[in-house]
Amino acid sequence: MRFVDEFRQPELISKTAEEIRRLAGTKRHYRMMEVCGGHTHAIYRFGLKDILPENIELIHGPGCPVCVLPMGRIDDGLAIAQEPNVIFAAFGDMMRVPGTRGSPLEHKARGMDVRIVYSPSDALKLARLNPGKHVMFFAIGFETTAPSTALTMMRARAEGIRNFSVFCNHVTIIPAIRAILDSPDMRLDAFIGPGHVSTVIGCRPYEWVARNERKPIVVSGFEPLDMLQSIVMLLRQLQAGEAKVENQYKRVVPWEGNRAALQAMAEVFQLRPYFEWRGLGFISQSALRINDKYSEFDAEQRFEVPGIRVTDPKAAQCGEVLKGVLKPHQCKLFGRECTPEHPIGALMVSTEGSCAAYHSYEHRKAAMVSLSSIA
Amino acid sequence: MCLAIPGKIVEISSENCDSAVVEVIGVRRRIDLGLLQDDKPTPGDWVLVHVGFAMSKISEQDATDQMNTLRMLGEIDGAMQEVRGYGLDEVN
Amino acid sequence: MSAPASPPAASVPIRFRDPQIEMAHGAGGKASRKLVEGLFAPLLFGAAPGPLGDAAHVNINGTTVAITTDSFVVKPLSFPGGSIGELAVNGTVNDLAVSGAKAEALVVTFVLEAGLPTPVLEAEVRAMAKAAQDAGVRIAAGDTKVVEHGKADQMYVTTTGIGRLIHGVTIDPCSVRVGDKILLSGPIGDHGITILLARGELDLEADLRSDTRCVFPLIEALVKAAGPGIRWMRDPTRGGAATSLNELARDCGLGMVLFEDQIPVRDTVRGACELLGLDPLHIANEGQFLAVVSPEYADAAINALCLAPGGSEAQVIGEVREQPAGTVLVTTLYGGSRIVDMLVGDPLPRIC
Repeated sequence: MRFVDEFRQPELISKTAEEIRRLAGTKRHYRMMEVCGGHTHAIYRFGLKDILPENIELIHGPGCPVCVLPMGRIDDGLAIAQEPNVIFAAFGDMMRVPGTRGSPLEHKARGMDVRIVYSPSDALKLARLNPGKHVMFFAIGFETTAPSTALTMMRARAEGIRNFSVFCNHVTIIPAIRAILDSPDMRLDAFIGPGHVSTVIGCRPYEWVARNERKPIVVSGFEPLDMLQSIVMLLRQLQAGEAKVENQYKRVVPWEGNRAALQAMAEVFQLRPYFEWRGLGFISQSALRINDKYSEFDAEQRFEVPGIRVTDPKAAQCGEVLKGVLKPHQCKLFGRECTPEHPIGALMVSTEGSCAAYHSYEHRKAAMVSLSSIA
Repeated sequence: MCLAIPGKIVEISSENCDSAVVEVIGVRRRIDLGLLQDDKPTPGDWVLVHVGFAMSKISEQDATDQMNTLRMLGEIDGAMQEVRGYGLDEVN
Repeated sequence: MSAPASPPAASVPIRFRDPQIEMAHGAGGKASRKLVEGLFAPLLFGAAPGPLGDAAHVNINGTTVAITTDSFVVKPLSFPGGSIGELAVNGTVNDLAVSGAKAEALVVTFVLEAGLPTPVLEAEVRAMAKAAQDAGVRIAAGDTKVVEHGKADQMYVTTTGIGRLIHGVTIDPCSVRVGDKILLSGPIGDHGITILLARGELDLEADLRSDTRCVFPLIEALVKAAGPGIRWMRDPTRGGAATSLNELARDCGLGMVLFEDQIPVRDTVRGACELLGLDPLHIANEGQFLAVVSPEYADAAINALCLAPGGSEAQVIGEVREQPAGTVLVTTLYGGSRIVDMLVGDPLPRIC
């Protein structure tokens, strides 16, 4: 696969890992946070922790748009879909996330019309094909996905489609990074910056992390060589006492971002004054809602939304895990009451959630006698 | 952050210039080019695809440059010395 | 699923706690296993059934026969490379084959939806007849029921097969040892991805066909060359190779270590999986099988497979180790590794 296989070449990966070991030495302990869930997934999928030295600790950040969605919002979306003739359309990532009375898939088993879509355009297509029904698209994602949702609504308007709405749960990445840095129990040296969000917002929005917080941040791709190269770049900055924004993912991320995508977002969305993030609490100016110009597509305007806030069970430590303060297995419920089959929090059911990743990929490795006998 | 895959544009629809087909090792998918208004791709270009939309054009030059940089790591003495010059007294 | 013969205990506790049946319970992964082990096994097989295999061996007046059953619920009915008719024959013949038996006869049940056009039914019955002929198996009897429109996705087919045990091979997960090699008969993921694309919900197109076929000739060749060394075989259908190997790892308490670069996957399957965020190890197959063979016989085994018709893509994909116990681990050439779990429910495509 072009632009994929080259960045998975084993010899180059080994060489880069060796360079990291050389740079990292043994005396200093480095704490680097990868903000976005896609990077968390990549770390586990490619087994990158096995080839990094012990003194580089990767802390998983809150960039998993499914994980940070409060349960109340899932209940709200499902409540809308209880209305007669409504089709609930969402990405596969949402299907097993638990609401108070079950996940979307469980609701489907009880008779709700729930469909998996792979694109907001698929949801619009469903609306075209089912004129007697209303399609409600449960939109999630950071700025990577928001422009596509926006463009879809613009297309819906252009075509005069009336039986389509969006339940908007798009969130923005910068406030999440701010919340991490503002958190008193967080000690981080550097950031592996979001890759695909940056194709939309560019690299400039991270400049305050370097300038004001004095932390290096490298916008990174998702292949093993991308992430390892980003770690090399971060180590070099740290050792030189520098703190700047660098773009490792140059082949895809334009420094200035994608103007057309940003324009589509501006056309359709506006910032909510505040929004609740699971585990992080209420954060101001951190989420998008559909603006008045496009209110006919706003599911929250067209339907009654219960809007009931659901707090997580006290024992669930989703917040601390999201912020990277706790490792997944340090949560009291991990692997016991909360497993991928019976998840309590979204971090256990989302494919990017650190608890799910840790449970599926990692924690049995800890029982292994010696990893060096593998490979 | 989310799943996005490089695909090669093999066809642009004649009825709708925002609709294109990309190919990823023999798998063809119809995608929307609406977010690349400022820099429209043509057949043969590579784009990054996320939720059925092209997000960005992939620069072959930047990819090649990156590969070259990576290959130089630990291979050429000059590069290694440059790296050592970053104050690596902690390296054993 | 099936278990060694044992009279059911008078009262065996049910360990299945889910309040209702979900689609996940049929997906072949963890949820399916919970249903089988927690509800069916205690009530049907008794207190301690032991490892559940693909087919049961039943002793009738001193002769042991193998018997198995499988239902076929597939949408769409017909897809590139095959249709429900072929699956219904090959699936059961293959289940018998991987348990070390040659299928002799099948019986088939049809549950048909009122309104099913006759030409559709005829096409499937023809497909079954041809598949049975190709597999050298007789379709001996059958039953038909018709349900109301809307109560069966056009048709559901169940086949039950009996077969004679092949001499020279004993399948037993508990016989697996550290150092055994894990073999795969050919590329994985073809069937599941073909079905996904054939549903037409994705705007994805690829030149891909289901791999449905009768694997008995390959297994016969394998047994001839390496019979005494074969410990275990399985056809990785729903849930994929990962699920089958996880079941083995659990049953024998050892670790299944796979070498990622040696697992055969067609480019198109790989492309589709990358696009959808799926793992080929979790995708259903209908014409492949896994075998665990002792190291002394591994070379003979792989050579025999590669030389047999349809076996040229067979590969050694890993080996059995002590650690990580009860787990499947995939390793890469550069030293990375990841655990591959059983599926929870159906593989869901992801965007994040």
